[in-house]
This record gives sequence, C-alpha cells and structure tokens, in this order.
Amino acid sequence: MTEGVQPTFTAAPWRERAQEALIPPLVALLVALICGDLLILSYGQSPAAVYRLLLEGTWGNAYGFGQVLYKATTLAFTGLAVSFGLRAGLFNIGGESQLAAGGFGAALMGLALPVGTPLILALLVCMIAAGLAGGVVGAVPAYLKTRFGAHEVIVTIMLNFIVLALLNWFIAGHLHVPETLHTPEIHAGVLPRLADIDPRFHGSAANLALIVAVLVAFAVWFYLFRARGGYELRAVGLQPQAAEYGGISVGRVWMRALTFSGVIAGIGGINYVLGYKHYYEDGFASGAGFLGIAVALVGRNHPLGVLVAAFFFATLSQGGLAIHAFVPKQMMDVLQGVVILAVAMAVPEVRRILRGARGRSDA
Amino acid sequence: MTGGPASTGESARGQTSAVPAIRMEGIDKSFGAIRANRGTSVEVMPGEIHALVGENGAGKSTLMRILGGLMKPDAGHVEVNGRDVTGWSTNEAIAAGIGIVHQHFMLVPTLTVAENLVLGCEPKTRGIVLDYKRAAEDVRKLSTETGLVIAPDRLISDLSVGEAQRVEILKVLFRGARILVLDEPTAVLSPPEVRELWTVLRRLRDKGDTIVLITHRLDEVVEISNTITVMRAGQTVARVKTSETTPAEIARLMVGREVSLSAGKRVQPSGRPAGPQPDQGLEARNLIVVGSRGIRVIDDVSFSVKPGEILGIAGVEGNGQTELIEALAGLRPVFAGDILIDGVDMTRRSVAQRHDAGLSHIPEDRQRRGLILEYTVANNLILGVQKYFSRRGIIDRTRVMENAIQEISSFDIRPPNPVLAARALSGGNQQKIIVAREMGREFSVLLASQPTRGVDVGAIEFIHQQLLDARAQGKAILLVSAELNEVLALSDRVAVMYRGKFAVMMPAAEASEEVLGEYMIGTKKGNAA
Amino acid sequence: MNPISFLTQMIRIAVPYLFAASGGVVAERAGIVSLTLEGFMLSGAFAAVLGTNYSGSPWVGVLCGILGGLIFSLIHAVATIRYRADQVVVGVAINLLAIGVTRFFLKLFFASSSNSPRVAGFGGNINVAGFDNPLLWLGIIVAPVMAFVIYKTPFGLRVRAVGEHPDAAESVGVSVTRVRYVAVAISGMLAALGGVYLALDQHQFTDQMTAGRGFIAISAVIFGRWDPIRAALACLLFAAAETLQIQLQGSHAIPSQFIEMIPYALTIIALAGVVGRAVPPAALGKVED
Repeated sequence: MTEGVQPTFTAAPWRERAQEALIPPLVALLVALICGDLLILSYGQSPAAVYRLLLEGTWGNAYGFGQVLYKATTLAFTGLAVSFGLRAGLFNIGGESQLAAGGFGAALMGLALPVGTPLILALLVCMIAAGLAGGVVGAVPAYLKTRFGAHEVIVTIMLNFIVLALLNWFIAGHLHVPETLHTPEIHAGVLPRLADIDPRFHGSAANLALIVAVLVAFAVWFYLFRARGGYELRAVGLQPQAAEYGGISVGRVWMRALTFSGVIAGIGGINYVLGYKHYYEDGFASGAGFLGIAVALVGRNHPLGVLVAAFFFATLSQGGLAIHAFVPKQMMDVLQGVVILAVAMAVPEVRRILRGARGRSDA
Repeated sequence: MTGGPASTGESARGQTSAVPAIRMEGIDKSFGAIRANRGTSVEVMPGEIHALVGENGAGKSTLMRILGGLMKPDAGHVEVNGRDVTGWSTNEAIAAGIGIVHQHFMLVPTLTVAENLVLGCEPKTRGIVLDYKRAAEDVRKLSTETGLVIAPDRLISDLSVGEAQRVEILKVLFRGARILVLDEPTAVLSPPEVRELWTVLRRLRDKGDTIVLITHRLDEVVEISNTITVMRAGQTVARVKTSETTPAEIARLMVGREVSLSAGKRVQPSGRPAGPQPDQGLEARNLIVVGSRGIRVIDDVSFSVKPGEILGIAGVEGNGQTELIEALAGLRPVFAGDILIDGVDMTRRSVAQRHDAGLSHIPEDRQRRGLILEYTVANNLILGVQKYFSRRGIIDRTRVMENAIQEISSFDIRPPNPVLAARALSGGNQQKIIVAREMGREFSVLLASQPTRGVDVGAIEFIHQQLLDARAQGKAILLVSAELNEVLALSDRVAVMYRGKFAVMMPAAEASEEVLGEYMIGTKKGNAA
Repeated sequence: MNPISFLTQMIRIAVPYLFAASGGVVAERAGIVSLTLEGFMLSGAFAAVLGTNYSGSPWVGVLCGILGGLIFSLIHAVATIRYRADQVVVGVAINLLAIGVTRFFLKLFFASSSNSPRVAGFGGNINVAGFDNPLLWLGIIVAPVMAFVIYKTPFGLRVRAVGEHPDAAESVGVSVTRVRYVAVAISGMLAALGGVYLALDQHQFTDQMTAGRGFIAISAVIFGRWDPIRAALACLLFAAAETLQIQLQGSHAIPSQFIEMIPYALTIIALAGVVGRAVPPAALGKVED
C-alpha cells in the first residue's frame, strides 16, 4: 500500500515558534528603552547613568536582588494564573481579588492553628486554605460562564470589587488590630526568609514562597504539556469546535481552567502573608492582578516565560526605587504600560508578518 | 429609480446589447496557497439572467466579490458597461449600479428594514439629523414599485429568511443597482419563497436589469436563466445558452474531474464477513433535527448501515447532510428519534461515549473540526483517543510518538515528521492525519463526510482504498459526498438527500448519475422508506 | 435626611459616571471594548489640572482635559483598530499607562507624588448643588445628547451597524475603521470630561483620583444594556446608592462595603441573565483577521 517512508525529526518547527514567541517581547523591550530614554532626558539626566544605577540597585546587590525576587514571586503567581486561563481561551482579570482572598485564607488558617503546629503541616494547611479561597473566587465566573454564558472578563472585573469590599468589611469590621487595617500576626505557618539561609539577603522580603512559585510553574507546565487534562485544555483554547469533536467537554474545561486559575493566584497570597508580614493587610494585592496580565502576555503564556517576565516586571518596579534620587520612580509605571501596549500590538503583527511570509513561500 | 440616491446605473438602460454589462477577463486571485480564480473569464449581456454555476470552491463567490469591489484581483481586468473598472472600490461599484446580494445576509439584525436600506447613504434633515420618515417613505415607495412587500419599521431579527432576502434585494435596488448579483439566493428558502423570488427576478429582467445568479442547483439554472457560465476549480469551462443545454450536460461540466476508480468495490462484490448480528452497525429511526430558525433540517429520516456495507448519501449541499452527520456524531442535539450503534441507543450520549462505542468520524470541515492546526501531527493523531494514550492522567509520550511514526508510515503522511504542526501540511496530508486517526483504531461504524474534498488525486485514491478495505473488514460506513461519482463508485446502496429527507434509496448497482441527478435537483421525488 | 441635599449630592456624584458611561456606550456600540474609561478619566483629570494651573482658567483646563482623553483614546484606537491587538489587554495597558503617565508628570510638573497644588475651578455652591458649574449642566444633558446621536443621526446609525455586523456596514461602503476611530475618540473625550469635572470640583489632582469610577461607568453601560438613557439611569442609581452610604455614615445600618458592591453585583446579575439578559453588541471585542 505504501513505500513506508521513515519518519524524520530533522525539520525544526521550533525556530518559527520561537520567533513568534520571542520577537514581540524583544520589540517591546526596545520600545520601552527608547521611551525610558526620553523620560530620563526630560528630567535632564543621562540615560546610561540611570540605567547603570537601575541595574546596580536591582541585580547588583543582594538586598536589591532579594526585593526583586520577592516582587517577582507574587507576579509569577498572578501571571501563571492569567496564562493558565488564557491557555483555555479565557481571560481572568480577577487575579487581584483571588490573590487577596488567598492571602486572607492563609492568614485565617495561620490564626486558627495553635502555636507550635509543625512547620511543614502548618505551611501545607495554610497553602491549601489560600488555594481554596482563590479557587472559590475563580469558580464564580467559571460557573456563570458555563451555565449562563456570562462573559468572564466583565464578571472577574466586577468580582474584584465585590470580593475586595467583602474582605475590607471583614477586616475593618471584625478582625483588625486597632488603628490598622491588618489582622493580628499568625500563630503558625511562617515561611522562612531567604535571609535566614543566606544572611546577605538581610532586610529583603524574599522568602521561600519563591520556591513554591517555581514549583507551581513547573506543575502548570507539566499539566499543560504532559497531562491529558492540559492536552484537552489547550485544545479548547485553540479550537473549541475541534475539541468538542474530540469528545472534550468544553464547559467542563472552562470550569476547571478558571477555577484553577483562581487557585494559583490564591496560593500567591502566601508570599506576603506567610513570607513577609505574617498578617493579612487590606490592599496588599493592589495592582498585582493587572500586572499579572502583563506578565502572562510578555511571558507568552508559557510558565518559563512567565517566570522570566515576572522577574522583568519586578526589576522595573524595584529599579524605580533605585533611581528615584535622579528620576522619579513613577517612570517605571509608565514603562510598564508601554511594554504591555507594545507587546499587545506586536503579537498579532508579528504573527501576520511571519505567517504571511510563509504563505507566500508556499504558493 | 426613485428611491435610490445613486442613479448612475442609468447608463445600463441605454446600452445596446453589443456591449456586455459585465466583462471579466483573465481574473487571477489567490489566498495564500489557495488559488480561487485562475484566468477566469465571464461575460454577461445586459437584460439577461445569467447563471454562474459550479461546485463549492469553484471560485464563483470570489469572482463576484471582485466585481463588487470587495476584493482586488491579482491579475486580469474587469469591465462594466464597457468601462474598465479593474480594482475599484465598493463605493465605486455601488455608484456604477452593481448590487450584490450576499449568501450570508449582510443585514444588521438589530436595525429596522428602513435603517438597513439607508445605511451608508442616509437622508438628512437640518444637516445632521437622520430623516427616518423619508427613509421609511422611500422604502415603502420602492417596495410597491417592485412588488417586494415589506414594512419599513420591522426589525431584521423579526423577519423570516424569505423576508430578509427581500430586504437584501430592496437594499441593492435602493442604491440604484441595475446589475444584480445574487449569491446562492435559494440556499435557505422554502419552495414558495423560491417561486416568489423567481417572479421578482423575471420582473426586474423585463424592466431591463441584468441579473447574475450564483448557484449550484441545476433545477434553478434551467428554470430561470438565459445564459450559463460553468466554473470548475477556479476556471471557466463553458458558456452556453440555457435553451441549448440539459441539466445532465451542465452537471457533467460542473463535476468534470475524472477520478480513477480502478480499485473499485465491484471487484469484490460483498466483502461482508460471516453472519453479522442483525442489529450490528448504525441505525437511525425517525430522526428529526431542528435548525437555528426552527426549521426541520432533518425531517424524519430512518436508515441503517450494516457491517460490511457502505451507504452513500448524495445530494446538493445544504440539504441536511451536514446536520445529519453532526447529529449522528453527537455534535448536534436531536429533536426526536433514535440513534443506535451496534444495537445500543446512543441518542443522548456524548461524543466521547459514542467514540467508545466504536464510532469513528471523518468530519466535513477538517480545518475547523477535524484538526487542531497548532498541534503537532503526533498530537493530532490522538485527538479523541487521548485517554487511551495516557496513564493516570499523564500522556504517554513514547506511545504517542510510536503511534505517530506507525500511522505516518502506514498512511504515508508527508512530510513524515511527527513534530510538525498540522498547519504546515498540505490539505491532502492533513486529511490523511484524520483518516489515519479515525481508521487506524478499533471501530465498527464510520461516518465519512466529504472525505476527499480538496485533496489531490493521489490522496483521493488512497482514501477510497482505505474505505473499501474497511468495508471488507466488516465496518459499517456512512459516506456523504458532494461528488456523485464518488458515491456511486464506493457505495453498496445510495440515498439522495433533498430538503432534509431521503428522496430515494436504492442499490448502487441500479443507480446512475442521471437517475440520482433528477432526485438531487428535485425534479423527481420518491419515497425512501 | 434632607431630600434636596440628597438629590444635589447624588447628582454631583453622578456627573463623572454620566460622562464616562456615555463615552462607553458609543465605543462599545461601535464594537470596541471600553475597559479604558478609567484611564481616559484619569488622563482628563490630570490634563485639566495642568491646563488650569498654568493658565489660571478652568476653561483652558477643560480643553486640555479633553485633549488628554483624546490622546489616550487615539492610542487605544491605533492599537486595537490598526494593529488589531486584543482589546482587553490594551484596555489594561491604557489604564496602567494613564496611572503611570499622570504620576510621572505629577512629579515632573508639581514635584509631588500624591497631589497637585490647588487650582481654580468653576463655582460650586454645594447648597444649590453647584449648579453654576457648566460641566455639571453638561453632564446632565450628555446622555440625552448621546441618545440623540446614536438613534437619530446617520453617524449613530453607522455606529450601531458597525458594532453589530461590520461586514454588512462595509458591504454598503461604510468605513468600519473610520466609524470606530471616531467612536473611540468621542468616548475618550467624554470620559475625560468626567475626570475634568472630578478634578475641577476638588480643585486639584490626586494620584489615582478616579478610584475605579471608570469601572462603575462600565457597569452602568452593561447594566443599562448599551443604551445611553438606561445607562444614565444606572449611573443615577449607583450614585444614589453611594449618596445613601455617605449620608448613612455612622449609623451602621448597612455596612458601607455592601453598598459599594451594588453596581458590580447588579452588573453580574444582568450578565447572568437573572433579570432580563444583557446582550452586548454582536461584534464587541471581535478581531477579524
């Protein structure tokens, strides 16, 4: 019937995929550098000197680096959460409230546990509480989407406000230390800081939640690219009709994707609560959800890319502090916006150019 | 034309018949690797109804989009009333009196009839205010003049399909169109609505308007047109006077392609294995499927396919074949009736459960349904059977790869690279991925929908051989194809679908293209009980 | 509770919503997602303070504010229409960019990271609801005007067509691109006016002073089912709830947080279709390739 051609692996499709994945962030970086130059010049400073200062203050010393790692940890969680949803074709904008709910859950559990609970057990229980709290917040839009077709973008945004108000009511009305908007310190489940292991990190907030973030990133990668559920989830995100044809329940995948997106963001709450302050404080999650979208976008929805992007955005944020004496740190807020905008515009454009070029060579 | 603000279409009336209303010559148009038109030429004289016929994908719609200014040709030129208008814009085309009635209605459902009609050329009062009263008045006037009766204040979303089409025709007339192009206008109409449409078109022609009718229904062509242009695979193959031809000849010109069927089934009359159980195979009882507008797209259809048998379903596309296959596969809800696979009722079962019960499915639309284009060939080869390639929720990549290597070589998928994205393969090889996946596993019933559409001749023969081999192994196969000769060559029995029903069912040995053709176009009606 | 003071306070709270929601309606009816209202408002507020501060005239401030919103809306339009970028992502980016840019310029022009110096404004006698403030009057009539534009003008007809069925509009020679650019620009300028009102009413700019008002405006658009008048009524409803919360402060009848939730909860309920399903324009947020 056939001459039995031997399969080969020589043709490398990876190059094209890598181009499509990497060009947009690189373009964005270039655009951001140019914008940064202009902002620095508007302040009458030398871009080269400011950028050197930025690098010294972030990657150049252990404290700065520790702060970058701390900030990157939270962003990694919210970025992974957003990218997990996007892989199923769903946009989770509720990262902020899921993160806050997770932190709140961890704090409640940390308060409920008796002093002297074994560390590993306490951590595990607190982490589960964080994930559950985030998952509950994520399950609401998931249910409304599958059951009523309510668009997840709007529902997650609206839910942000509702959940944050609810948490604020809990804290302000019931659980706060007088004169503050935070809970008492937790009794159990405190995550060791990096400074406990390497004293050079002294003073920085970086803690072992970083390891959890890397583990979660690995778990997400494994699920997406090695597990059957991930195969099905990505199929739904790419071509829902083909997934349906392949016997995959699109609704069930949506439910799973958004709920677990919430779980991932929720676990992120431990970075601040268990690792840094040891209490839940109103507003600690502020802005982390939106930045998570940026991180997912720049990281091209790949867990490894998300980790790198989280590190990048954390560097911007910490770098702002490092250069503040010369150029206001608010410059970094501008650059964040510029980077997202540039990537968002470059992604479809690069795809069109690459595919267009390929299409022509086919003809 | 009183209603329309643009009256430049006037020129069409004054023309002598020597100058064609439309002359398109040597038109080339490609989309990526697909060449929709290659050197296509069409000539339409003023005051005639001209039928442009051809199979799906023959390039008819693309040609008319070029005429309407929605696309620009890669090569060739376009003349309207003797004026070279190659590469003009939509607005220029409208101003010159070209009106296109698209296959998918170009009407805004949330707006009223009058609002849709004036969109883009709105009457105004006091400079900025939309003069809705005048719009409605103009619509009413045009409506009475043309006999296309419709109330201007009704919302499009409240209209029936026939009424919506009336609005479409009014819309182009409102803009002063004297050359009307109708793209598959009857695909969604009921028989009385079709008759009404013919009356309107004849009246417009008698008034001196030029009409181009894009269709693949031969009965319509014969009934309404004066002249016919036949297209095949992007090229013009014939231009004939309707009075000088027959439906059979048009059909032959349309299909045209010679497919080698030397490995035909007649070599092995009945490869049926010994004694299949009477309830084995696929069975449908009184199946009714309701479409989006509440119409029965499958209207009380019953049939069975036995092991070792191919039941071929012929018919002009759009008569319910797509819905039938989707209902059988579990992708479309069934309103009433039963579906049985190997005697087990599967009517309410999921896609996955039917799959497990031994149903394989080669879908009609491989790019949208059959493949995940961004996935690798290897990953596409496990779509639908992913659970058999995983252990405790983890995909067994070694087995996925082994499976891919085996299927690639036994189904000759090229290039033979399991990690290439399916997107990068040619149409024929993409189809082979699907055939390999659906037929390379254990199954008892196969739904094969347009299995050879858009694939090269070599792949066609290969796929035909696969179907015949499966039949010989005792599989029950339901084959749906727009290619009449394919159905005839492969099937044991053939049925013709016409407007949601089986118009006829007979042994393939007794069938011929001529006989089936008459059932397909509805000139002959029978009962397929 | 004094009904007059309730009403005047409610209207003052409602005005920024009314501007922004009217802008949101026109952009979304044209098919472009309006998660950007917050950013437009913020940029309008800052530009207005900047203009007023350097000219001394609030009218110059108004013009600057409109210009600020226009610039941001054009960035939004170019990204989503020309580059066909994801509208939700661009919305997030525009909002972050507006926060960043206003913060940076706050530092650059006023050497502060929290607020600008006090600037002139329009009159604003609270007892008569500041009715000598022209922006307030404008805010009250903006929704009816928008309803007129959308339902009674050729432009409005085109907006509605483009947001529902762009191909149909294109097939009759309406430029979808042009209509969308204009609609987004209008939404930017109107939302900016909401920010201008806010800043001039408070006589200064403070960091992130819009505080989620743009999202309340989006809620109003959805809850009002993309109709200018119903969206305006939703704005008034949300403003009434807020007024109630302020006037009840200290009485502990209902925790203020629960009143804060009302707009968002109503929006979710409307989307889920519990009381009459909110159906968005068919082409909203769709990118055709």
